[in-house]
Amino acid sequence: MADQVLTIPDSLSVSPPQIADETFLERLHGWVVTVDHKKLGILYVLYSVFFLFVAGAEALCIRIQLLRAHNHFLSAAVFNRFFTMHGTTMVFLVGMPILFGFANYLIPLMIGARDMAFPRLNAFSFWLTAFGGLLLYFSFIGGFGLYGVGSAPDVGWFAYAPLTARAFSPGHSTDYWALALIVSGFGTLGTAINIIATVLSMRCRGMTLWRMPLFAWLMFVVSGLTLITITPLTAAQIMLLIDRYLGGHFFDTQAGGSAVVWMHFFWIFGHPEVYVLVMPAFAIANEIIPVFSRKAIFGYPAMVAASAAIAFVSLGVWAHHMFTVGMTSVSNAFFTLSTMLVGVPTGIKIFNWVATMWGGRIRFATPMLFCIGFLFQFLLAGLTGIMLSVSPLDWQLHNSYFVIAHFHYVLVGAIVFNIFAAIYYWYPKATGRMLSERLGKWHFWLFLIGFHITFDTMHFLGFMGMPRSIYTFEPDRGWDRLNMIVSIGGFIQGVAVLIFAVNLVWSYYRGQPAGDDPWDAWTLEWATASPPPEYNFATEPVVRSRRPLWDLKHPEDPDWRYEQ
Amino acid sequence: MSTISLVPLTPDQPLDLPSRGRVGMLSLIIGESAIFTIFVVAYVFYIGKSLYGPTPAQVLEVPIFNTVCLLSSSFFIWLAEGSIEKNRMRRFLLWWSTTICLGIVFLVGTAREWLKLIYHDGLTIRTNLFGTTFYSLVGLHATHVVVGLLMLLLVLVFTLTGHVKESHTERIQVLALYWHFVDAVWVVVFTVVYIIGR
Repeated sequence: MADQVLTIPDSLSVSPPQIADETFLERLHGWVVTVDHKKLGILYVLYSVFFLFVAGAEALCIRIQLLRAHNHFLSAAVFNRFFTMHGTTMVFLVGMPILFGFANYLIPLMIGARDMAFPRLNAFSFWLTAFGGLLLYFSFIGGFGLYGVGSAPDVGWFAYAPLTARAFSPGHSTDYWALALIVSGFGTLGTAINIIATVLSMRCRGMTLWRMPLFAWLMFVVSGLTLITITPLTAAQIMLLIDRYLGGHFFDTQAGGSAVVWMHFFWIFGHPEVYVLVMPAFAIANEIIPVFSRKAIFGYPAMVAASAAIAFVSLGVWAHHMFTVGMTSVSNAFFTLSTMLVGVPTGIKIFNWVATMWGGRIRFATPMLFCIGFLFQFLLAGLTGIMLSVSPLDWQLHNSYFVIAHFHYVLVGAIVFNIFAAIYYWYPKATGRMLSERLGKWHFWLFLIGFHITFDTMHFLGFMGMPRSIYTFEPDRGWDRLNMIVSIGGFIQGVAVLIFAVNLVWSYYRGQPAGDDPWDAWTLEWATASPPPEYNFATEPVVRSRRPLWDLKHPEDPDWRYEQ
Repeated sequence: MSTISLVPLTPDQPLDLPSRGRVGMLSLIIGESAIFTIFVVAYVFYIGKSLYGPTPAQVLEVPIFNTVCLLSSSFFIWLAEGSIEKNRMRRFLLWWSTTICLGIVFLVGTAREWLKLIYHDGLTIRTNLFGTTFYSLVGLHATHVVVGLLMLLLVLVFTLTGHVKESHTERIQVLALYWHFVDAVWVVVFTVVYIIGR
């Protein structure tokens, strides 16, 4: 860990750190009305971490219920609500906001800008997203369901028609679900527009597109994908509300409508959404792996091209969620092949990361540990993905725990691991203090072990025929022991996340001071103070290569000699 | 390692960055296009799938006058863009007001069409699939016209109070971009609803 003092000439804070003489209310007011991209980024992350705990608790309740056959911890109705809320929360209130939070915090710093392109739109988007989350959870109190008791949405996170029709989902719980997603969807759309405009229009001098950090590049691609991914969901939700409130017939099979159309519309959103979530995780790996391998990223242009290719191909794979619906063999073949095609650019990325680490002097700090875990698990998740893309195999495994295991390998094994890596890596920048490495290592190992106990085992349950979304099972199925193991793994992960929470709070007050550049990194955000002053850089930085801080630290061998 | 060139690009070279307003508006238009695409796909998919009448052929009349009004408003807003760029504020006011009037005429035309459909032909959003998809798609477009008109009116008010100047050219053009988009969408909606679907 190099702790050298390093400045881009005149770019550092010129004013002394502000003395905290504000009252609590004044500070709170400052956070509520802020349009500063850094504060909004932190708000996004805190908001998501809060919901990570909520949705994690829901998952643990689900696992207690499935601990053994005929358990009576949750009733069937509550179980349905919990897995619906767990899925919806994790995707819309944890995954997307936290990744957009990182983008918000980091992109202006990385490209040497003062703020995002539209700071007020930025604040508006955050509060829309936050309101969407509150709306979804208010349904526990306000959403009168089947028997007139308070109830949350219970139609599954993909809410297939005709279950969502008035006749089968009376009350307002489904409306809360639809409205919450429309509202937070507009928030997401605003953020995506903001990121695109920031990347294209706010870069500092010398920061050509081909010198941008890969993090900014991937977030740019993700935002472009978001524009055409979130909006179909919004459209489908509007149709659903028209059906429910105005008596429309979009998904009403009794009037000639089609339930399969909802499936198509949902997965036209739903599959690219996976890439909207996973590409920011790639973006994080692109920053962390080179810094901790002490080498420049291998194959920068290939990484950009692969990201664009993934975004493009991901638009044509949605119906692989629908092989069991009964499509023509031509569609089955098309979606099988297009799904396999995604494996090519993804494979290129994995090779590039491994090539970056190859021959590097790897430092096994906590962020890097999480990234290595990500590499391993993402590879496995990709391989089970290729298995599921084969439509005959999917007919066998569809809606079984094998599918659950596969996508949790992506969502937890890849995305959550990299979210943790990112928090360990950038926490010093945002707070000025390091997270404890000791607690970090505990967190990593416990989480890794818990993760594998849970999700490796789920694959076998899937092969043994256990379907998803069932609230209990018969004792004679032979699923008892494996379900017990899955649940135990879940609790180990829960303990690991609690250690993480302790680490977040403890290190904020007692952590070792970080300095401006604790990891000896190369991108612009490490050139300013930790935490950065409100204006980011006192003078506009000028960039000559992809690793501006390398150039400063090594004037005898700068990168711009080799990059063209 | 091959040495390609030892002379770096001059870092002081200013980047030619696009205007953030334009980029933002174009991104919004891409997102909105996706929303419209889903509604158009639903409309096309459900053509002829209604189990009971009335059918489009029985009740729909092709709104030629309406279409001419809306599409020509794109031309007038383009004239307005050109006028403010050359600081001819009176002309700008004239063309801008013309655009707004044409937009209002379009909305009135739609209202009359819906009035006829609802009270004369008995077609509502819950009558059949045609009603559901028709009112959703045309209504979504009309909503966009209303939002566009509100923004155009806001600019008109600021122009009348003398707050809009030549220096606002770019913002006016960004807003006009949205109006062009609303008009372009109508071409698609018109084709799908009144030509293919009838």
